Amino acid sequence: MSVYLDNAATTKPCKAAVEAAVAAMTENYGNPSSLHRAGLDAQLAVDKARKIIADTLGADSVCIYFTSGATESNNLALRGITGAYGRNRKKIVVSAVEHASVAETASDLEKKGFEVVRVSPREDGKFYAADFAAACDSSTCLVSMMLVNNETGYILPVRETFAAVKRRFPETVTHCDCVQGYMKLPVKAGALGADLISLSGHKIHGVKGVGAIYIKKGIRVTPVVTGGKQEKGIRSGTESVPLIAAFGAAAEELFPTVAARYERVSVLKKHLLDRLSGMDNVLVNSPEDGSPYIINISVVGRRSEIMLHFLESKGIYVSSGSACSKGQQSGVLEQFGIKDKRADGALRISITAETTEAELDEFAEALSEGIGKVRG
Amino acid sequence: MKEVILVKYGEMALKGLNKKTFEDMLTKNIKRRIKGLGHFVCTSAQSTLYIDPQDDDIDLSEVVDRVGKIFGIAALCRAGVCEKDFGDITEKSVEYLSDILSCARTFKVNAKRSDKAFPMKSPEICRELGGILLDKFPNLSVDVNNPEVIVTVEVRDTNAYIHAENIKGAGGLPVGSSGKAMLLLSGGIDSPVAGWMMAKRGVHIAAIHYVSPPYTSDRAQLKVEQLCEKLTDWCGGIAFYCVPFTELQEAIKDHCPEEFFTIIMRRLMMEIAQRIAAKDGCLALITGESVGQVASQTMAAIACTDAVCRIPVFRPCVGMDKTEIIEIARKIDTFDISTLPYEDCCTVFTPRHPKVRPQLSDIEKAQNSFDFEPLIQKAVENTELKTFNYEG
Repeated sequence: MSVYLDNAATTKPCKAAVEAAVAAMTENYGNPSSLHRAGLDAQLAVDKARKIIADTLGADSVCIYFTSGATESNNLALRGITGAYGRNRKKIVVSAVEHASVAETASDLEKKGFEVVRVSPREDGKFYAADFAAACDSSTCLVSMMLVNNETGYILPVRETFAAVKRRFPETVTHCDCVQGYMKLPVKAGALGADLISLSGHKIHGVKGVGAIYIKKGIRVTPVVTGGKQEKGIRSGTESVPLIAAFGAAAEELFPTVAARYERVSVLKKHLLDRLSGMDNVLVNSPEDGSPYIINISVVGRRSEIMLHFLESKGIYVSSGSACSKGQQSGVLEQFGIKDKRADGALRISITAETTEAELDEFAEALSEGIGKVRG
Repeated sequence: MKEVILVKYGEMALKGLNKKTFEDMLTKNIKRRIKGLGHFVCTSAQSTLYIDPQDDDIDLSEVVDRVGKIFGIAALCRAGVCEKDFGDITEKSVEYLSDILSCARTFKVNAKRSDKAFPMKSPEICRELGGILLDKFPNLSVDVNNPEVIVTVEVRDTNAYIHAENIKGAGGLPVGSSGKAMLLLSGGIDSPVAGWMMAKRGVHIAAIHYVSPPYTSDRAQLKVEQLCEKLTDWCGGIAFYCVPFTELQEAIKDHCPEEFFTIIMRRLMMEIAQRIAAKDGCLALITGESVGQVASQTMAAIACTDAVCRIPVFRPCVGMDKTEIIEIARKIDTFDISTLPYEDCCTVFTPRHPKVRPQLSDIEKAQNSFDFEPLIQKAVENTELKTFNYEG
């Protein structure tokens, strides 16, 4: 039996998601754009998922557009907003700890003539809304910040930041990458003050290959993918009905238990931290008030990749830094003041409400064994 | 800090002895609309309704959003609850309003003191609180004529309330207080607006729609169902009647002169609508017609249509321009649905040259050339009912 503690990388699809996907592949396989009944049935399946996801965000269905994943959603947000509003407003503001799909897209836009301001945490390792507001001016077309950092679980002050920015520059569009927060913390479009929100299917026990973007009414977005004008022209290409249906089914299953799971996962996080507290050279990188779903620790003096493979040999799967960066250090930990040897030894344990205390105990024991055995 | 929502009545506040009936209806409508958001206690006093959330995790902005769509309300606001003590009022004002005051430039303080036992008079409250806020927020200056923010203090029976943002309510009368009427809902832009306007006058809406497969598609019907769903945000539950209309339309095409197609069709629709209205307890029909918009909506054409009606037909859009109708359609969020490109039964068999000024006698003669009655009865019998409830 393996112990899967890498749920921030991806999650196991839930039964409801798999069933919804299978139904859409075996029975409801029409093209949503076809005019006949088979097409309509497929469209209804897509619209059902759209409604579920809209409801979870407290938004209207028409604001939800499906994409191939959060990377595409983030690309659409940055490229689409700069495309629509960037002619005279050439500045975008992002946090310095964004996922690569935002960070790299911002860098690309920088090459294309946009000014990109990257806001870092202060000395205390915390972000402040005022810093983002101060970075904005009347030429800022977009502010983008993630809700939960994927490497440390740090929760960014999105609501406060967007409120402060909108108060001074109401024309500035706000985008929040909610991938690691959605279905884990309460995420409401209105409460966040976000004009755009990126979501991913496979981080919430859906299937890989599908994501969504919430676009507030009245916000214009220039499409990145053009073609047959599906998704109201915002994202052309035949809708992946099976993946979308799975996304909807997963969201429907998880939504009622957001609060209960949060409590359960908080208990699990505390349990793990208690187990780790006595260990030599083990430091906790995640903030105390961060998302309990992500626990970033460092084993000082043990390189994370070696430790990761040692744990793997015991059937325990964790991540070093962020899974998306494939072993490359992203520089995000450094932003939070975690540097040098401490950064080299960073491991990310990411859990779900289904994780058990016994699994965490097993991890803690294996880690302790590894610290003794592994050199360098 | 404890927060409530204050709801100020619209014109029902002017009602006499039957005011209580209106009040009860409004309270019931509000309770139904916010039920899904948590547990609330609703009480009313002095033409104000207090919505008091009982759970900590209730999203009040969502409550405000929903209550803002309930007819019968002139204005609403989120308010902070204070003790009836000036010290507490100032302390909580600074805390509760700091978000909005710290980024404003000008303000003034309004005070309403319905509890005359409170030791300070209204002007005194304004002066004192204004001075304290000026000290706390150096960015502010007083402007009594055109302030950015109006801080209101209401000293009422049990508590004092502070608020700074008055939100305009939906106006009108509580839905249900004026009885029930049947809306002819086509799927276009005008009819949902007409329904909304009558609901605003307290009318409980039922809707009737005509389908003509294979000339119209499932998607067209679905679109109308979406419109119904949208309207429930404002109108509450809607009984939706779907009438199979193909045979009647084919009979019109086979037996009547082309130039009268649309008018005869509308007369048959009215006939069916009032029969179903009678069964459902509706006292009137509602249509989205606007004089002169299309050939079937000229005065002469409306007169021909009206000739078959035995109950009142309300046409609230009658004097409106298309742009004015679209403005409302956007506001109530039906525009995007209405403009989906599916053919509805009104555009099936459209005459190339419709009669703009038809004579009733000509129309009656044309219609009498065929016995539509059996087909009408069949359509009424086969009408399907679907109920849309407010989903929250």
